[in-house]
Amino acid sequence: MVSPSDFLTIPLDDWVNFFVKDWLVPNFRPAFRAMQWPITQVLNTLDGVLNAIPMVLFTVGLSLIAWRTAGRGVAIFTLFALAFIDMIGLWPETMTTLSMVVTAVFFCTVIGIPLGIAAAASDRFQAALRPVLDIMQTIPSFVYLVPIVMLFGVGMVPGIIATIIFALPPIIRLTNLGIRNVRGDLVEAATAFGATAWQTLWEVQFPLALRTVMAGLNQTLMLALSMVVIAALIGAGGLGLTVYTGLGRLDVGNATAGGIGIVLLAIVLDRMTQGLGEKRSVRTVSLAATLKSLFSPRAVSSGQTERAS
Amino acid sequence: MPVKVSVKNIFKIFGMEPHRGLELLKNGRSKEDIFEETGQTVGVEDASFDVEEGQIFVVMGLSGSGKSTLVRMINGLIEPSAGQIIIDGDDVASCSPARLRDIRRNKVSMVFQHFALFPHKTVAENVAFGLKIKGMPAEERRRRAMEALAQVGLESRADSYPDELSGGMQQRVGLARGLAAEPEILLMDEPFSALDPLIRRDMQEELLELQRTLKKTIIFITHDLNEALILGNQIAIMRNGRFVQTGTAEEIVANPANDYVAAFTQDIDRSRVFTADSVAGPADAVQLSTDTAKNAIERMEAAGSDAIYVLDGERIAGAVTYRDLTALMRDNGGALASALITDFPSARRSTPLFELYSLAQSGLPIAVTNRKGRLDGVIAPQAVFAKLAGEAAAA
Repeated sequence: MVSPSDFLTIPLDDWVNFFVKDWLVPNFRPAFRAMQWPITQVLNTLDGVLNAIPMVLFTVGLSLIAWRTAGRGVAIFTLFALAFIDMIGLWPETMTTLSMVVTAVFFCTVIGIPLGIAAAASDRFQAALRPVLDIMQTIPSFVYLVPIVMLFGVGMVPGIIATIIFALPPIIRLTNLGIRNVRGDLVEAATAFGATAWQTLWEVQFPLALRTVMAGLNQTLMLALSMVVIAALIGAGGLGLTVYTGLGRLDVGNATAGGIGIVLLAIVLDRMTQGLGEKRSVRTVSLAATLKSLFSPRAVSSGQTERAS
Repeated sequence: MPVKVSVKNIFKIFGMEPHRGLELLKNGRSKEDIFEETGQTVGVEDASFDVEEGQIFVVMGLSGSGKSTLVRMINGLIEPSAGQIIIDGDDVASCSPARLRDIRRNKVSMVFQHFALFPHKTVAENVAFGLKIKGMPAEERRRRAMEALAQVGLESRADSYPDELSGGMQQRVGLARGLAAEPEILLMDEPFSALDPLIRRDMQEELLELQRTLKKTIIFITHDLNEALILGNQIAIMRNGRFVQTGTAEEIVANPANDYVAAFTQDIDRSRVFTADSVAGPADAVQLSTDTAKNAIERMEAAGSDAIYVLDGERIAGAVTYRDLTALMRDNGGALASALITDFPSARRSTPLFELYSLAQSGLPIAVTNRKGRLDGVIAPQAVFAKLAGEAAAA
């Protein structure tokens, strides 16, 4: 049979190799290295603080926050989940993972919300951004791990950069969607009373989009957590590393412990951020309802279990 | 009254390159032709009108007639394709964005069909929105918002959220928000259309009540001719982007410009549109001191009426009926005074016809009085009903 490759073969792999190895890395490595600086600062501060706080104090503090944002059930669950993590001996790893995830989500928010606002303001920008986001969401993360290692080296910060790439799209998309879905007559009313574009955004559009933005933040957070193990491949520590080493040594016990740690952390963070999004009608959720909601199909954390184990 | 808003030959064509459509329109092509040729829709075509200060100018039309587009051009939410909109010497159609914002903040505010209240703000914050945008400090803002809420009777709900209020209350908040910045001009885009009929009536009356003290210049959009006739000092009827007829309520109902307008006026409650003025006859009366019962009977026979008013100088002394006087003549041929009925019905020239129904039931003619209480005209009871019946037959 005749096939197109008989006439023309495209050496795509060679091209990419040339582009990355011979052009991008030698020319831009210092620039990329410099980009790490803010991430390193945030991560080190956060990691230092989280590891310095005594376990009991942190657990009580987080449970109180959970109580304020998501109700009594989530607070009790947080208390038990964190105590359990401590008892299986993974407390320091959990804090490292938490600081990593929070750093990644922080940068996703700082980058993602302005991009989402810009996409909502301009159809052209949205059209340009869309394929980029599609690629970010569909490309397997292993594909960009290699160039990331070449440009940034190995360690926590490159792991966080990979996490940011993976977890950024939802917050951009949902910020964009939230602002675009604000009722047209409300925006018109703001304009009719003489509001500037910024005033309209700040007074009307963003507050009304906040629920959707928070849903985006929640998704971003969940995606960031799901990158923990993959980030461990390029030298990030924490619970991901526990799972990864367990996998390497066929130590099923250790891998399971790490996986359970990730899942518990995911559930706590998920319920808390969801609670934040629904803050206007603060209601207390019973423990039974919380436990029931853990098994509801919309919980992202169920996907987590498969990935981690 | 000075002209507050002057709209001159305004056009709006939706689509790219509106000047092409404009050119075709000016060459007398139809809207359908223009749509086929260029894909452009004509929203408003050559509308011109002046609104005097303190007046309510109502634009009435069905959906798609261009009335909402028209009102949005007055505060620049939609930019006209051609023409001028002059508010106190500023042309809204061509002024700078900063000037336009200034006009919106201080001079023109708007009330919306679906209220358009901000759900994340309290009632007071909603009312104070325009003031916040202007940069007014929080305390003064709150005070002004409470004043505006007091005007619509909702101070007690200042800290509720809009979704806790009924539709009528929500639109009162919308009205208060419009009034809070103390604008000179109020644009109202079908403000009462989303309300129940009974609430709508209340709101119409409340608006008229407010207007008596506030004397704003109001441009009011509606699809309901009854509403237009109740509220409007001047009414413009719009169809397919054009003004079909402009005039007062009576002018429009009495002389519809074409079949389209006539079709609307057919179902109108005429008794609310027409006033005593339209049925009043001349002030025919006899003098108490100089005329006798015989004179009075002759006058009634000449006029073909059953009763006549009796004046004492310029004051109305009362009325006498034909039947009473003939009885009086048989007995003693005496003076008018003994047959005088002093409890007579009276109305003003501006009284709407429906208020005359009960007055006409007494059987006596209705005295039309002027501001000083002097007799200005007389309405025969049957004339009230003849007017309604006659107009209905003519339409």
